[in-house]
Amino acid sequence: MPDSPAWKDDFPIAWTDDHFVTRREFTKSLVLVSCATFAANVAVSTLGALQESGQHRYPETQVANTTTLAVGGSRVFYYPGPHDPCLLVRIDSESFVAFSQSCTHLGCPVHFQSETRSLYCPCHEGFFSVEDGRVLAGPPPRPLARILIEKRGQELWATGKIG
Amino acid sequence: MIDPQMEFFIDPSRCIGCQACYHACAECETHRGISMIHLEYVDRTESPQTVPVVCMHCEDPACAKVCPADAIKKTSDGVVQSALKPRCIGCSNCVLACPFGVPRYVMDFDQMMKCDMCYDRTSAGKRPMCATVCPSGALAYGSRDQIERQRQMQARNAFVFGPQIVRTKVQMMLPAEEGELEMDVEAFMQ
Repeated sequence: MPDSPAWKDDFPIAWTDDHFVTRREFTKSLVLVSCATFAANVAVSTLGALQESGQHRYPETQVANTTTLAVGGSRVFYYPGPHDPCLLVRIDSESFVAFSQSCTHLGCPVHFQSETRSLYCPCHEGFFSVEDGRVLAGPPPRPLARILIEKRGQELWATGKIG
Repeated sequence: MIDPQMEFFIDPSRCIGCQACYHACAECETHRGISMIHLEYVDRTESPQTVPVVCMHCEDPACAKVCPADAIKKTSDGVVQSALKPRCIGCSNCVLACPFGVPRYVMDFDQMMKCDMCYDRTSAGKRPMCATVCPSGALAYGSRDQIERQRQMQARNAFVFGPQIVRTKVQMMLPAEEGELEMDVEAFMQ
């Protein structure tokens, strides 16, 4: 016969030996973990949505001159950082647009095709509209990030980025 | 963890019944305004002498042994804690079982509450609230060396209840010639 009955092992008086988790404690922790997961998901999706729709302000930079870019022509500049290539396109005599040059599919550089008036990614045949950067064809999942261009006299300034 | 050098000493002969300990106990941060100490009159018709009653923190706590809800736990440093709120069912078994009459059933919370030696304080090296305010030294917290230097009485922690000896973490100051303290409960009840 053991010194003490077996049930005493399940209900020890010493705090350090007590590993019993009550149903209420378990349920409470389950609910808390579920709530924390839900809150984290809401926070992540909200932040993501804000970042996608948000317009980011960066220091203004002069990127080109209207006299140096012919209608239908394009040139690469770097904005907002020195490792962020962007493409400036002159659509007509008055309109200038600029987009990030990184394709939203796998990051290959896009090029302007004047004959189709689109931005073309040669890696996987992706096409974006030159008007607003939306996807016209191919595998890219999102539109190109747009660079805000402001015309000041004959100078063209990049003032921000959308997307 | 409570410093093993530090012990709790009760000297009932020094109690002046001022109730400072009663009010200080309620001020302990974890007691939430409920005092877990009380004063007993030895014989109110004969004398105004009172005795402070705090948990003796038995080595083999009867309150925990009779708890059907497994709500009373003893820490590794020997302190018997108050009932765990999520487990206590308010049955009062512990109130009846304690040989020293310490646990109290608090109807407002439907829970037993008792002295936990201000565990939040003592485990951080501070004295229990009652011992900090007792003006006569009836409740004292310190090392045994310190107490023996200051007092003539001896600290004892064995109490005889019939055939059973209850040993406690808290020490009772008794005359030097006393050994184990005989508790004649039957005579007291008559």
